[in-house]
Amino acid sequence: MSQLRRAAWLLLFFSALPLGAADRVVVGSKNFEESRLLGEIFAQLLESRTGLEVERRLGLAGTQVCFEALKTGAIDVYPEYTGTGLVAILGEPAKGGAARTLGRVRAEFLSRWDLWWLSPLGFENSFEIAVPRELAEREKLTTLSDLARVSKTLRGGFGHEFVGREDGLLGLEKTYGLKFAEVEHLQQAIQYQAAKARRIDALDVYTTDGRLILYGLKVLEDDRGFFPPYEAAALVRGETLKRHPEVGSVLGLLAGAFDEDAMRALNLRLQEGQESEAVVARDALRSLGLIDKEKGGMAEAPRGRGLINYVWGERAALFRLTLEHLGLAAAALALGALVAIPLGLWLERRRSWAEPVIRVLGLLQTVPSLALLAFMIPFLGVGTLPATVALWVYSLFPIVRNTYTGVRDADPRAVEASTALGMTPAQILREIRLPLAAPVVMAGLRTAAVLTVGTATLAAFIGAGGLGEPIVTGLQLANTAMILSGAIPAAALALLVDAVLGRVERALRPAGLEVRR
Amino acid sequence: MPPTLEAAGVAKTYADGTTALAGVSLAVERGETVALVGESGCGKTTLLRLFNRMVEPSAGEVLVEGRRAADLDPIELRRRIGYVPQDGGLIPHWRVARNVELVPRLLGWDAGRREARVREMLELVGLSATVHGPRYPAELSGGQRQRVAFARALAADPPVILLDEPFGALDLITRLELQRQFLELKRRLGKTTLLVTHDLDEAFRLTDRIGVMKAGRILQLAPAAELAASPADPYVRELIELRGTN
Repeated sequence: MSQLRRAAWLLLFFSALPLGAADRVVVGSKNFEESRLLGEIFAQLLESRTGLEVERRLGLAGTQVCFEALKTGAIDVYPEYTGTGLVAILGEPAKGGAARTLGRVRAEFLSRWDLWWLSPLGFENSFEIAVPRELAEREKLTTLSDLARVSKTLRGGFGHEFVGREDGLLGLEKTYGLKFAEVEHLQQAIQYQAAKARRIDALDVYTTDGRLILYGLKVLEDDRGFFPPYEAAALVRGETLKRHPEVGSVLGLLAGAFDEDAMRALNLRLQEGQESEAVVARDALRSLGLIDKEKGGMAEAPRGRGLINYVWGERAALFRLTLEHLGLAAAALALGALVAIPLGLWLERRRSWAEPVIRVLGLLQTVPSLALLAFMIPFLGVGTLPATVALWVYSLFPIVRNTYTGVRDADPRAVEASTALGMTPAQILREIRLPLAAPVVMAGLRTAAVLTVGTATLAAFIGAGGLGEPIVTGLQLANTAMILSGAIPAAALALLVDAVLGRVERALRPAGLEVRR
Repeated sequence: MPPTLEAAGVAKTYADGTTALAGVSLAVERGETVALVGESGCGKTTLLRLFNRMVEPSAGEVLVEGRRAADLDPIELRRRIGYVPQDGGLIPHWRVARNVELVPRLLGWDAGRREARVREMLELVGLSATVHGPRYPAELSGGQRQRVAFARALAADPPVILLDEPFGALDLITRLELQRQFLELKRRLGKTTLLVTHDLDEAFRLTDRIGVMKAGRILQLAPAAELAASPADPYVRELIELRGTN
């Protein structure tokens, strides 16, 4: 028995470890379209040019998550921007040109963490100021100095954050002597519409935003070097390069491969929401001649505009994501039950412990799910393991509480009489308390299951997949069909799980508790 | 022969500081039926529960058939003492027959012997093994449930029966019928019985001796006639007089 139990624990332990770490690389990315696209480009290039197995962890929630994941070895490589490395990770002020910034982050990352910046990909994605193309032509605007010349007659429309920052509008006004006739604070999505309608004449943008093409906008050159340089490059673990030097040489092929115009065009294809990053990445690599035109047999899925067409087109992927989602929730729930039911029973025997233990578990419940998921990363990296652990933590409270109260409150008069007639505590637990508490325990499991299925959508933020993946990606791409393609099945799944477990709960209700007289 | 149940100078103070028993002595002879009467909180239930070790005394000694209860294994002791609480305490998800064979099963009786015993016990209390045996407690009336509780208490033929307000929750007609049957059982089986009740009438009709309790003490312990003829305490006299008026 104890050997069996030990074997089960070992199995559980090893199944949680990354498998076959030796000949596998994990590619990560942040959760916006350009980062995902670059991650996918890295992944496809590595797949076609090395014998390595490539795992994708695309769409991780932001710089801190990606960076932690890289440091801990949960991922091997992800696309990063030199300016972000300097300002957000090293915490240094943004000054100096592109070359100085690259040199600085290369030296610091190498000595502090053995992380390597490969050669930049050829484009920057910084803050920029754009104006409508016709205005630029009429007023002959190519640089920000040109803009300063005519700014007194123009209306600016800027994002809320940009207006207030020293490295935003405030600094820009000082550096170039800009003075707009009017400044409006606008949401990013509205800025583009407003520029198109000529309600505003200048706006803050990101260099490689595809909408610059869509809305006919021209980016003005930062001729005084006010904005810090944000060159994109692959950031790789030194350990990975030592183990697989080919990762460095293959990704090195992308040095200088994309200029701003090319990147804008690729981003636009994603932003229009009709093509997947896999397709766009493959086209980009093919046009660079980096992967074989005959290879990579993934058919371009015909995608309609409507939700139903979209879902139908993606049914295979959605089915896989649904299974992944259920798997994640089921694993967390099973582990939860395995720990929480015995814990609830134990607390019933040690009632002075019950209050504090249940209170602590209840407190854990109030930690926002995203924060809990992020908290797991330094310890467990990214992917399925930390997501399962986080969901497991959430599942404990309802199961422990219901097990404890269910067993404690099971028909006190029957328990008293059977004690007085000579049943042992173990017999009472097994034959009276547990059967009477079963529906209550099951109700706790049911609550935990619905909670777990719901929260599992957030697991996509740390690369654990599931139905959260189309939701998270869809949110970034502002693609409603994509969001709903994840959200609707996730909600349906929660309802289904609730209904099924509700039936189990009724089935577990011991006979004799309803009056049938 | 020592008394079957004996309490000697027993006191009980609960963890919260309330004193339930303040020095009580009591002896119940073999085959005798003794009632403990008093208002709620007088300690009568605590005194009853000392004998099956559902309550442990803070001071004094409890003896069952001449042996110190504290030296006996509580589980084995309880299996030799029948018990009927006010609400029956039947196990709701067990059928009537399973409830009745509770103690015989704990004692390891074989199936045939148990089945015969269940039949005999249900008939003894005026129920039918074929009609009532397969039912769940919730499918019975309150009076029927209480009969099942008596059958369960008697099933393993224990020498001692402890009854804690067994007729308290029943309507008048049912109560009188069950009390009548109790007297018959008492005559036929001759078990040593301790009955807790707040109903002096019931105590007068059903028992051989009555202990009147107040504030954790027994004020007087005597046969009904003696209690009525010469009450030893103003409280006892008041109780007797009140009984006379209704």
